[in-house]
Amino acid sequence: MAEILVLVDHLDGDVKKVTLELLTKARALGEPAAVFVGPGFDTAEGRLAEFGAGKVYVADAPELTSHPVAPTAEVLAQLVTSREPAAVLVAGTAEGKEVAARLAVRTGSGVLTDAVDVTEVEGCLVAEQSVFGGSTLVRARVTRGTPIIAMRPNATEPEPAPTAAQRVDVAVALSDAARLATIAQRVFKPRSGRPDLTEASVVVSGGRGVNGAENFPVVEELADALGGAVGASRAAVDAGWYPHQSQVGQTGKTVSPQLYVAAGISGAIQHRAGMQTSKTIVAVNKDPEAPIFDLADFGVIGDLFDVLPQATEEVRARKG
Amino acid sequence: MVVPACRDGRAHSVREVGLFPMKIVVCVKQVPDTESEKALRPEDLTLDREAVDAVMNEMDEFAVEEALQLAERTGGEVTVLLMGPEQGADTIRKALSMGADRALHVVDDALRGSDAVATSAVLAAALREVGFDLVLLGCEASDARTSLVPAMLAERLGLPQLTFAQKVETDGTEITVERLTDYGHDVVTARLPALVSVVEKINEPRYPTFKGIMAAKKKPVRTLDLSDLELDATEVGAAGAWSAVDDFTVRPPRAAGELVKDEGEGGRQLVAFLAGRKLV
Ligand SMILES: Cc1cc2nc3c(=O)[nH]c(=O)nc-3n(C[C@H](O)[C@H](O)[C@H](O)COP(=O)(O)OP(=O)(O)OC[C@H]3O[C@@H](n4cnc5c(N)ncnc54)[C@H](O)[C@@H]3O)c2cc1C
Ligand SMILES: Nc1ncnc2c1ncn2[C@@H]1O[C@H](COP(=O)(O)O)[C@@H](O)[C@H]1O
Repeated sequence: MAEILVLVDHLDGDVKKVTLELLTKARALGEPAAVFVGPGFDTAEGRLAEFGAGKVYVADAPELTSHPVAPTAEVLAQLVTSREPAAVLVAGTAEGKEVAARLAVRTGSGVLTDAVDVTEVEGCLVAEQSVFGGSTLVRARVTRGTPIIAMRPNATEPEPAPTAAQRVDVAVALSDAARLATIAQRVFKPRSGRPDLTEASVVVSGGRGVNGAENFPVVEELADALGGAVGASRAAVDAGWYPHQSQVGQTGKTVSPQLYVAAGISGAIQHRAGMQTSKTIVAVNKDPEAPIFDLADFGVIGDLFDVLPQATEEVRARKG
Repeated sequence: MVVPACRDGRAHSVREVGLFPMKIVVCVKQVPDTESEKALRPEDLTLDREAVDAVMNEMDEFAVEEALQLAERTGGEVTVLLMGPEQGADTIRKALSMGADRALHVVDDALRGSDAVATSAVLAAALREVGFDLVLLGCEASDARTSLVPAMLAERLGLPQLTFAQKVETDGTEITVERLTDYGHDVVTARLPALVSVVEKINEPRYPTFKGIMAAKKKPVRTLDLSDLELDATEVGAAGAWSAVDDFTVRPPRAAGELVKDEGEGGRQLVAFLAGRKLV
């Protein structure tokens, strides 16, 4: 069976959930081989093995992480040439897609983004893509080179399949072009301790109705009670109430959690584009005509400052 | 890998003493207006562009604004580059009305159905043809939302990739951006020539003024086809795509569910619903 390369999405060895999803998917398609770029493999090894990475290609030369994107694409390009994998799976995040883009050009391969599933049909890999804000499902295949597929986080249920991970070190001679941009500094915003927005199984988002940064704790408390992440509409982000990284929608993140709670959000088409594939949608809005209610499985017409705290208290009470 | 000629190859040193303005090219795409429903055409499985109103990709307004601001601060000239059908002229005119100096429009019937790979090949050829110190793009087009073109262009042109920028600073020789990341941002530096893509919120795009709209009518727009770029029709369009659509299905729209009015129990009712679905 051919190898399926899975690019590990991690921060210093802290492996993102999407990688476990990709490994799970890769196991159904061939032999999963993880590709780990940067420092921290010792931290990551256990997780990768638990989810079936029988082999891990490790490239940890310091210069690979001092330049953005290009070095990772070159590591993968080298493996595509030497290992001839059946496919390369990457996380459909901003950076994952950029790596896919460079890899595609470098190896003369087609790339598919927004994949929510990949299956083998008569010896060929077919990706199911969720496009136009989730309103259309497209089935597509790569017709040249090695299929490079960027998969949406949260599209696959990760299933453990413990194995021993064999470490294979790879040395890569970077091109001059890959060294042209240099990361001079990494700036970390304070960590909230909440799950990542695109990976969370629960997302509670606040919009213009939250009416001020000082009121966002009302949203955060419900998110914390449900063990979820906090999102925001563009109106809330534009007003400076919540960081850009939290924006859900057409020009923000696409989320597909088990539960999405929209509080004080009208449900503009650009917002819906980022959340309408959520499994269950709940909305709280003062305005009975708010379009968000058209797609909510459950809606409460009311003031979020009454409804959210009561819901938070009720969740805490039920959890004991 | 071809490194684009920085005009005469000495541009850096010449510009350091302020003799040459920085040459900025901003890539803009025309896309269907989000408010209109997007659909694929059953005949050829491409986006039905006739059925929808076309506008400048919103993210590219931020790229145009940033180009204008950098040109104003550093001394420079802004060229707009668009690949797309005739009607793309409207989007070009908008960028010129905002203040860009000139434009390059790549039009050719063979381009229909181009994917990101083909689009980046065409834009790379056009960029080599015009020359530049700095290429600016939006970080994503709102139609297909692939976000692939900027990284592909950087790879093709051997340029430093400074993408997802929320802040850009350049003195015409060095460039520094803040690259938005999930954990905060990276400060990324390079020397020009370079490629930058911007995120929204980097600036406030200006509205074209009446004067700007009038001036745009006199600004030069050069039209190029594939032969001008020495590209072959088999490398682009649907013929040159490296992936293919088998078929598609339209998801039924979500149905509205239960709606209750809060009469003091709304929060508890909400949680009871969640409990019913085993979500708490
Ligand atoms: C090209 C483009 C891209 C865009 N991308 C995005 C995107 O990525 N994400 C995004 O979200 N938007 C995006 N937008 C903006 C979008 O069109 C809407 O303007 C935005 O989503 C509105 O945010 P909102 O629902 O929070 O605010 P509003 O539309 O102002 O709605 C606020 C809602 O809160 C309710 N409310 C007020 N007070 C209370 C209260 N106390 N209790 C309960 N309810 C209350 C009101 O009834 C109202 O329905 C984009 C727009 C464009 C043109
Ligand atoms: N046909 C095109 N003409 C000019 N610029 C384009 C074109 N397609 C994409 N771009 C640029 O590439 C950016 C990202 O687009 P995409 O990779 O398609 O999401 C856009 O914001 C534009 O700046």
